[in-house]
Amino acid sequence: MTDALIGGIVVFVLASFVGFEVINKVPSLLHTPLTSASNAISGITIVGSMTVVGMVTPELSNVFGVIAVVFAMINVVGGYLVSDRMLAMFGSKKKDEPEAKS
Amino acid sequence: MMQHLAELAYLLAAVIFIIGLKWLSSPLRARKGNVLSAFGMLIAIVVTLLDKQIVSYGLIAIGLLIGTVLGIWMAYAVKMTAMPQMVGLLNGFGGGASLLVAAAEWYRLIQPGQTLTTGTAVTIYLSSLVGGVTIAGSVVAALKLQGWLVPDRPVLFPGRHALSIGLILTVAAMGIYLGYNPGTMWAFIVLNVASLILGVQLVIAIGGADQPVVICLLNSYSGIAAAMTGFVINNHGLIITGALVGASGIILTNIMCKAMNRSIWNVLFGGVGVVVAGSGGDKGAAMRAKGVRTITPEDTAALLGYGKLVIVVPGYGMAVAQAQHQVRELADLLHKRGVEVLYAIHPVAGRMPGHMNVLLAEANVPYEALQDLDQINPNFDRADVAIVIGANDVVNPAARHDTSSPIYGMPILDADKAQHIIVMKRSMNPGFAGIENELFYDSKTQMLFGDAKKSLLTLINEVRVLE
Repeated sequence: MTDALIGGIVVFVLASFVGFEVINKVPSLLHTPLTSASNAISGITIVGSMTVVGMVTPELSNVFGVIAVVFAMINVVGGYLVSDRMLAMFGSKKKDEPEAKS
Repeated sequence: MMQHLAELAYLLAAVIFIIGLKWLSSPLRARKGNVLSAFGMLIAIVVTLLDKQIVSYGLIAIGLLIGTVLGIWMAYAVKMTAMPQMVGLLNGFGGGASLLVAAAEWYRLIQPGQTLTTGTAVTIYLSSLVGGVTIAGSVVAALKLQGWLVPDRPVLFPGRHALSIGLILTVAAMGIYLGYNPGTMWAFIVLNVASLILGVQLVIAIGGADQPVVICLLNSYSGIAAAMTGFVINNHGLIITGALVGASGIILTNIMCKAMNRSIWNVLFGGVGVVVAGSGGDKGAAMRAKGVRTITPEDTAALLGYGKLVIVVPGYGMAVAQAQHQVRELADLLHKRGVEVLYAIHPVAGRMPGHMNVLLAEANVPYEALQDLDQINPNFDRADVAIVIGANDVVNPAARHDTSSPIYGMPILDADKAQHIIVMKRSMNPGFAGIENELFYDSKTQMLFGDAKKSLLTLINEVRVLE
């Protein structure tokens, strides 16, 4: 067991609890956009994909890395855009609400 | 120094994701929350590009460009009814990326001159496992929802549990073997293939109506896969973010399971959703003998038009008939006549959590009128009419009192408590669970048979001519 691994586990466990707390009170109205937005966030693996491609690596690793970048980017871009499309529909009727003055 | 700055920037991105998710839980700020979260992602991407480890940008740029174009195209081409399979598919891409990063790192680290530590090796194998299950499972789930190639019903074959256990053991065995013989290509390939088959196997056994749970669960997996990738490349930002998504997916899965009165194990391994042929037995036969009452659109229009409160109970049948716009038109007409119209949304209405809300929002139904189970149930008492459109099991009172019913204990919408119940339905076929619905045989219930969209159009005309 390395220090890095232990540190990672600590971070993972604590972040999971933060996730539970943050999501717990979401109204069912927003479940679909929330799912697709958190889905987009899981596209964070793009960071890993780009790191692998950018390093000096054997060719096969590069090939995998580039495909991974494409996949992760589809996940990120597609995920945020579909969420926005859905959320725009929820927001459209709020034009004349007091909230609009902000 | 640069490395430390990058670490801090990833932390900043993770914090932004947390705030974004927080905002996403309020209808007023949800859209901003999504944009904020996208901004966090931008930070993470830019920081990675600036990181000194990266020496070549050409391939990255090509990958980013292709992914962006495809992502935009997919996001705008999809219809709202097809949203569940799109989210499933996008999710699969995330899992696939994790799988590929693991493979790329593994191959790099087994080259001469590189060292593959045990810790890294374990995280790589876990990343392959979770990533493989996520991509294969998501693709199958998306195909099932779309109705392509794979049947919607659960595909069960003898020995499937043994197969699942065998696959998990295979992954473990390959991991251990690789521990002693690092760099064995065939073992790594077997590990990956077993993970992919496991993903197919887990999802193909789950029926169409349980897909909302599956989508949530796979979403959770894709987060865990991202966190594993974080372990592989030793990046805390990734670990935090992946854990967040993993946790949120688990919570939604749990909510869905509660709404169906099932445990997660039951959904995953129970093979429920298999239609128990002719269930209901004698009781069902007795109900059928009693028969149902039908109603004409004219009479329905009168009931609706002279009421004070009408509660619409939409189900997936409404979405299939693409009738949400007609529902809204009818509601608008009633509204003009001074009738209050509310919508009762069961947590599992539609094909993913909250899907019904999205479909109705697309038809410009104000979201304040969309009420969830706890909000709406006390209101059925004072409703003149509950109009059930394409919903079935979620309004079956058997869930409250019939201990022998497969849906016993499932929280339901108390449509039977309204003064009148109108059920719009294509025919008397039982719903997905294959259970006779007591509500249809209630003395206050009247059936309006026919295609939901056509019936609604007729109904709209009838309400128009009411005095």
